[in-house]
Amino acid sequence: MQKEKFKSLTSTVVPLPIENIDTDQIIPARFLKATTREGFGENLFRDWRFDNNGNKKDFILNNPNYYGDILVAAKNFGCGSSREHAAWAIHDYGFKVVISSFFADIFKNNALNNGLLPVQVSDEFLSKIWAQLEADPHSTIEVNLEAQKVILADGSSESFDINPYKKACLLNGYDDIDYLLSLKDRITQFESAN
Amino acid sequence: MSATTLFDKLWDSHVVNRREGFPDVLYIDRHYIHEVTSPQAFDGLRKRGIPVARPDRTTATADHNVPTKDQHLPIKEALSRFQVETLRKNCREFGIELYDLLHPFQGIVHIIGPELGLTQPGMTMVCGDSHTSTHGAFGSIAFGIGTSEVEQVLATQCILQYKPKQMRIEVNGKLGKGVLSKDIILYIISQISSSGGNGYFVEYAGSAITNLSMEARMTICNMSIEMGARGGLIAPDQTTFDYVKGRKFAPQGEAFEEAIAYWKTLKTDEGAQYDKVLTFNAEDIEPMITYGTNPGMGIGITERIPTVAELKDHREEASFKKSLEYMALEPGSQLLGKSLDYVFIGSCTNARIEDLRLVADFVKGKRKAANVEVLVIPGSKQVEQQAIREGLDKVFEEAGFELRSPGCSACLGMNEDKVPAGKYCISTSNRNFEGRQGPGARTFLASPLSAAAAAITGKVTDVRELI
Ligand code: SF4
Repeated sequence: MQKEKFKSLTSTVVPLPIENIDTDQIIPARFLKATTREGFGENLFRDWRFDNNGNKKDFILNNPNYYGDILVAAKNFGCGSSREHAAWAIHDYGFKVVISSFFADIFKNNALNNGLLPVQVSDEFLSKIWAQLEADPHSTIEVNLEAQKVILADGSSESFDINPYKKACLLNGYDDIDYLLSLKDRITQFESAN
Repeated sequence: MSATTLFDKLWDSHVVNRREGFPDVLYIDRHYIHEVTSPQAFDGLRKRGIPVARPDRTTATADHNVPTKDQHLPIKEALSRFQVETLRKNCREFGIELYDLLHPFQGIVHIIGPELGLTQPGMTMVCGDSHTSTHGAFGSIAFGIGTSEVEQVLATQCILQYKPKQMRIEVNGKLGKGVLSKDIILYIISQISSSGGNGYFVEYAGSAITNLSMEARMTICNMSIEMGARGGLIAPDQTTFDYVKGRKFAPQGEAFEEAIAYWKTLKTDEGAQYDKVLTFNAEDIEPMITYGTNPGMGIGITERIPTVAELKDHREEASFKKSLEYMALEPGSQLLGKSLDYVFIGSCTNARIEDLRLVADFVKGKRKAANVEVLVIPGSKQVEQQAIREGLDKVFEEAGFELRSPGCSACLGMNEDKVPAGKYCISTSNRNFEGRQGPGARTFLASPLSAAAAAITGKVTDVRELI
């Protein structure tokens, strides 16, 4: 099914300089009960954003100084449970890109399957991002998918890897099932041969 | 032909289509589904107007948020009820076999697959659940997938995947007294960290692994994901064949003999290359316990929690401190003797009949400490029934343990079985993340024997002193 096409994006950034953020923090298990893909953004980082009484806590998403389409997190983002809801929640909240110096495998796949672009940068480049945001929380970052580059406000940049298949999918808004269904005859052949 | 690994053989024989720069199209022999990660996938099929390609290769059960008490009554919690009802509706509409609440085959998806003989050597298996790696214990490729991938498999019985790197983990030697397979895997993860297996598929080997029962092997493969690996497998052998033989959906009679002939070929060739090889000694492993909020934060039961200065990677400092703060524990302190509030014996890691027998055998004639509540949640209806047949229920009752009905329960606290905020729970499950067993809950992961010992003393205990 046709999804949104993604080519390039320039936006302010929400920084989350915490390592090993697991999917239980991104979307706690008690919010997994919906049966559609929408609406999970409301409970993104629920227990970090709100206390048990629903009062806002001191957390970056509650800080009006930080907003934008890009989330930046420290190493090993999205570890833990394979729940795809984590990717939906981030996307549904409004983020289009997550930058980190390392992503857990399943999270990365889930993100790519759902139009959320995970961008892996070096530890050094990540430090530069933290420095830029510290100097100016309102500064922007450009993520160019066509060129596979992240570009900071001072013009410095780093290339990122993305698999050519996923890149084609994101650029064209093409989806995995469209591709698999196009191979139906081959699958049937395989089944009768085995 | 060059020497190949078991993983290579299984993978390559399931590739339907390979194209440069594109992921492999991998055929899936068995697809397990449950109520939490399937609804959106069915929704997707409906939107596209397509059926489930192979309902006969799909098996469903309700496990994640089912109550463990009064399963005959409607589920109280509205959203849980809605998810289970949605699964029923979807299975009916798409023609899928569902082992619903009260069905004699219901249970945690990773317990029922092997127990019913649906899981067999040489297969590819997936489920929208990371602990699908459990099924690799049979010498098969099994891994957890996201809901979009569940939709791929429902729609086409295939999945798009890149072949992961391969790691071999060998554990040689004899396990000490009171040391179980859970301790082996907690030890490995503590050595290589919760991200040490990222990007890899693991083959476990060595005498300490091949000497294990199937149940114990499943515990090891189950937690592969906790080191970040995609999955883990163990080459099938006589132990495997004996376990599969005679099970409900296993091949029978002549077909079984034929199957065994093929299964016997499922081995890594001499001289096959891995991207990484790790070797451990079984003698170095003592009963393990975790102190932090990821499964890599584990220590031997007699060891101290590390201090900040002792951390292997100083970049972990911030998360280490945050973690100990959450657990309300001091760096450098011992866990032995720490008072507990709850004991949870359950989950797809350690709720098979062998686990329950082990616990019952240990607690027979003993009584739980007054300060702890002890929950025993069997992994499946069959495990529950078997436990009752063997009189284990009586043993638990006399010990003051509460034996309930099967489900995931306090492993993830999606139903009402939650550990209250600030309370300590020693748990045989696989995850000690913040809030995993309930908001604010503090989890110590350990083996069923260590959990049983803690239930009797009411505190973190070295089980070796009691056996
Ligand atoms: S028992 Fe726990 S880990 Fe296993 S499938 Fe259920 S929730 Fe997941």
